[in-house]
Amino acid sequence: MAIVRAWAPIAIALALLAAVNLLLPSLNEDYRVHVLLDVGINVMLAVSLNLVNGVTGQFSIGHAGFMALGGYTAAFLSIRLAAYQLHGIPDAVSQGLFLVLALVVGGMVASLAGLIVGLPSLRLRGDYLAIVTLGFGEIIRVLIENTEAVGGARGLSNIPPWAGFFAVYVGVFVTILCSRRLLASTHGRALLAIREDEVAAEAMGVNTVGYKVRAFVVSAFFAGIAGGLYAHYQTNLAPKSFTFIRSIEIVVMVVLGGMGSISGSVLAAVVLTLAPELLRALDQYRMASYGLMLVLLMLARPSGIFGTREIWELWPLRKKSKPDADRELARPAGSP
Amino acid sequence: MSEFFQHLVNGLSLGTIYALIALGYTMVYGVLKLINFAHADVFMVGAYTGLFSARWLRGENNEDNYARAGAVLVISMLVSAGLGMLIERLAYRPLRARPRLTSLITAIGVSFFLENGAQLLWSPDPRRFPRLFESHTYFIGNTAISSMQIIAFLVAVAMMGALQWLVFRTRFGLAMRAVSFEPSTAALMGVPVDRTISITFAVGSGLAAGAAILFGLQYPRVEPFMGLMLGLKAFVAAVLGGIGNVPGSMVGGLVLGLAEEFVAGYGLSSYRDAVAFAILIAILILRPEGIFGRSVAEKV
Repeated sequence: MAIVRAWAPIAIALALLAAVNLLLPSLNEDYRVHVLLDVGINVMLAVSLNLVNGVTGQFSIGHAGFMALGGYTAAFLSIRLAAYQLHGIPDAVSQGLFLVLALVVGGMVASLAGLIVGLPSLRLRGDYLAIVTLGFGEIIRVLIENTEAVGGARGLSNIPPWAGFFAVYVGVFVTILCSRRLLASTHGRALLAIREDEVAAEAMGVNTVGYKVRAFVVSAFFAGIAGGLYAHYQTNLAPKSFTFIRSIEIVVMVVLGGMGSISGSVLAAVVLTLAPELLRALDQYRMASYGLMLVLLMLARPSGIFGTREIWELWPLRKKSKPDADRELARPAGSP
Repeated sequence: MSEFFQHLVNGLSLGTIYALIALGYTMVYGVLKLINFAHADVFMVGAYTGLFSARWLRGENNEDNYARAGAVLVISMLVSAGLGMLIERLAYRPLRARPRLTSLITAIGVSFFLENGAQLLWSPDPRRFPRLFESHTYFIGNTAISSMQIIAFLVAVAMMGALQWLVFRTRFGLAMRAVSFEPSTAALMGVPVDRTISITFAVGSGLAAGAAILFGLQYPRVEPFMGLMLGLKAFVAAVLGGIGNVPGSMVGGLVLGLAEEFVAGYGLSSYRDAVAFAILIAILILRPEGIFGRSVAEKV
């Protein structure tokens, strides 16, 4: 019975995605489908960043760097793989397997970078992490711009268009599922404990540095996967799409949705991706308003719109399962 | 050998600018334990103010003279000091009792707002910073030194000297050091904490504007995102010297400027921007409290 309960949602979700995939006409050509894919990528990025910034209470602002690493690695690999085909397997399946391989390698490279960046800075206090990740994101971009093998500043093109609606939304689903299950596990409890009070967590025997680094690595992995998927439907990559501004966009999604709330991150990612598409005329004010939004949100509701809770927990019919988020965040001065 | 001295001169002149910006980070970090991300954008606003006030002060005969350069410097410093105080009052003060992460996010928000607001207001195209006075180039052996570099260096050293005096020889400096040591006890001893923090922001922002004018004279390119990279590097300089430590920031700035100039000069020019972060990661691993910092036990 437990097996059914664990696997039924996965099977249902995959079946649904496959069905929608069949219904959507002429993928990758319709502009609206393209927007839909962008939404998916941003959801993956926001949910993965939420693991570090929301759940663990650290502050990373270099997520676009991990995305770029994963994207470029996956694209570099699949451009070379595109010449081959697995013997005796249908074309589509062969492509799918290659895509999965490229994505996983991209994700692993990104998470390795996460480990390298995280180890020195996570031993220290949180504000250093912000600076180091910001610097790291910029370094990645500078390195890519100086690497001719991946197109340098011109960018990388002719990436095989292997990812469509199905691939992207399977990615979204896997990211959300892993994130949720991680939170329900021992590891997730440890991460939450670190957010609530690092000193107390340490006193309770939580290896705080180890868990912080792990959260960072997992988050970077999914950012890398998101980058890989993005590369395979965009079919070209340019270093200028992975600037500091891209990282801030993702941070705004997590902060707006509620730091620690997966559904909040998802909703914020969807809204903030669709809003500029619907309000084209206001596009020039978008970036400045992101800044203002961060400030006003911190002044008015520092835990984000949904706080640390999930959307369905706000429903009045259900009993609150977690203590009130605002009270936790608004601790008196002097607490670490 | 002459190449070496040329890099030395360029490194020192860049280093003094990093040092001036780093002082603002370190002072604010000292009193608030906050990385003031918006500091780099106060620097940017300082550069724009300098540009506009130079145009406004041009006069009829359009001649370059030191009086105008001085006036531009003062106006820019005053405007930036006001902006710094305004940011502190509106964005940071209401959040002082909240967890540190909240202030950090706010700081990033302010920074992002200033950068993109400047872009809306003044267009994203880079502008040319006016040449405020005639510059001559002198040669010592084969090493070129412009009078611009000499004047910028002297002005920067004078500013740092004034700051040193302010922090260690005046009542305000005493108050500032008391607040940075322990704000609540300082308040009990009658130190006006709010006002001290506010003036600290003003002083730091004024120094950033001074750095912006000196920078503009030597690298005459003003754009809304000019503060981003420069600010990050200055922050690295502050960490290198020991964040919260005023003389440390000066040394850190000079070391960083020299390191960058030598790396760029000896063949790795495209990795210029990576030097600062390599230094940052190295210092975080080897000596996180910085060269002059003392390691502080975490209070529970």
